[in-house]
Amino acid sequence: MSGTIVKAINIHKKFAGREVLRGVDLEVRNGEVLCILGPSGSGKSTLLRCLNHLEALDDGVVWIDGQIIGYELRDGTLKELPARKVRRQQREIGMVFQHFNLFPHMTALENIIEGPVTVRREPRASAIARAEKLLASVGLAERRDAYPAQLSGGQKQRVAIARALAMSPKVMLFDEPTSALDPELVGEVLDVMRELAASGTTMIVVTHEIGFAREVADRVAIMVDGEIREMGPPADVLANPTDARVRSFLARVLA
Amino acid sequence: MAFEAASSPQRVEVEALQQRSYRIVRLAHPGRWLAGALVLGLLALLVRAFAHGQIQWEIVGEFLTADVIIRGFGITLLISALAMLLGISLGTIFAIMRLSANPVTRFVAWLYVWVFRGTPVLLQLLIWFNIALVFPRIIIPGVFEGRTVDIVTPFVAALLGLGINEGAYMTEVVRGGINSVDHGQTEAANTLGMSRLQTLRRIILPQAMRLIVPVLGNSAIGMLKFSSLAAAISCTEMLNAAQQVYFVNGAVIELLFVCAIWYLAATTVLSIVQYFIEKRYGKSASQAGSKLPFKLPFGLGSAGTPALEKAQ
Repeated sequence: MSGTIVKAINIHKKFAGREVLRGVDLEVRNGEVLCILGPSGSGKSTLLRCLNHLEALDDGVVWIDGQIIGYELRDGTLKELPARKVRRQQREIGMVFQHFNLFPHMTALENIIEGPVTVRREPRASAIARAEKLLASVGLAERRDAYPAQLSGGQKQRVAIARALAMSPKVMLFDEPTSALDPELVGEVLDVMRELAASGTTMIVVTHEIGFAREVADRVAIMVDGEIREMGPPADVLANPTDARVRSFLARVLA
Repeated sequence: MAFEAASSPQRVEVEALQQRSYRIVRLAHPGRWLAGALVLGLLALLVRAFAHGQIQWEIVGEFLTADVIIRGFGITLLISALAMLLGISLGTIFAIMRLSANPVTRFVAWLYVWVFRGTPVLLQLLIWFNIALVFPRIIIPGVFEGRTVDIVTPFVAALLGLGINEGAYMTEVVRGGINSVDHGQTEAANTLGMSRLQTLRRIILPQAMRLIVPVLGNSAIGMLKFSSLAAAISCTEMLNAAQQVYFVNGAVIELLFVCAIWYLAATTVLSIVQYFIEKRYGKSASQAGSKLPFKLPFGLGSAGTPALEKAQ
């Protein structure tokens, strides 16, 4: 594996005075898969949303592939970047949401080419050709003209993954990608993510799927109360946690 | 026996069910036939009363296609269309201002809605018509200078009055439409790197349209009718033209009926257009299972649709 592609230092985030993140440090290497586990309300999703500046930071810094995300470093202080510059950074960071957030007035294909055509000004024909390949790779080639409302939850999430990949991101962030799915549809989405991991995509995945984390993740981070309490290879972390809160969390979810 | 059956359904032992197939007789509704006949009868009486009343129908027929009326009708349509256009533009601009993060623009947009929704349209029309009393001259330094009475003609006053008033209502409609779009849509657009304008134009507004378009149809119909208020500021739209005719020939009711016929014709066409536009914009909505409240022309709409579904 090659060098660091994501580094987060001392991330702090408050919502209405409540500390959701209390100094999180994170480092992800190129091509690595990191799964973030933890009880609900522990700040997993907020951490992910801080990485691509969907949330502004209260302290700390996020660095992705040579750039500070959302801010500009000047004389030792971080100045928030104007929206236009933040969008330039965000398009390099793919995100998959718990509730898909597909554009309901566009077909699967239109959803996927929207970023390339509107944002990157790619010619429509080449964007469509690439979108069709992406649709095929998530197993939905024949649903290219379906609207989101005509797709199952699992299909929607696979289109959403293809939409994020269409921007050729440096990192893919997954925010509980299977939590809104019926149990029998979880597998198809995890399969796509498994293939993505195997292809060498850098992935940060907030999930409740311990099995997936154990099998696919290079490292697992476990968050409790806005802090990462354990981080390391899944075999170590899941089998021999040292932190008491992590032990009780794992005891509950592995039971 | 009949009363007994009405109070509690007949008790049948399971052994009595020996046939596989039964002739099924649907419940008759004599009450509906009776009510229908009664209403038709009353309607016939009303029609008869007008047919024999003191109305010279040949005058109605004569003026229906008279030049003055047709020209007035043209102005009515023109004012309605332009005022509607002005209203939609102002509504979109002020709705975006009302949703802005800037408290000053938010307040100004609120003020606009508060003033123009809180006063009668007729009053607003009269104020625009008399605006020359406040500003005798309109001056844009170095570009333009002129007497207000020459610029704000009755037509322009009607346009401003109706359009700006409509804009206040449209602001609320557009704001509601934009607010109805899930915030996740904006976040998804952000993560694709779309600018605020791109997000608004490509993602938010098309979805807001689903809520805005049905209201737009009703507003256009309303606008067509409200444009008749312009008659009060001597703008020669259809009603004013009709008044000028009957001041001379005394055929008051006849000319008012002529106007009624043209208004009805125009609103009918508009509701048909509205029906098809809603059908088009409802595309992705109906696929999601949430149907728009369609209103078919000729009263076949809301009440008729469930009955049709039941029949199928």
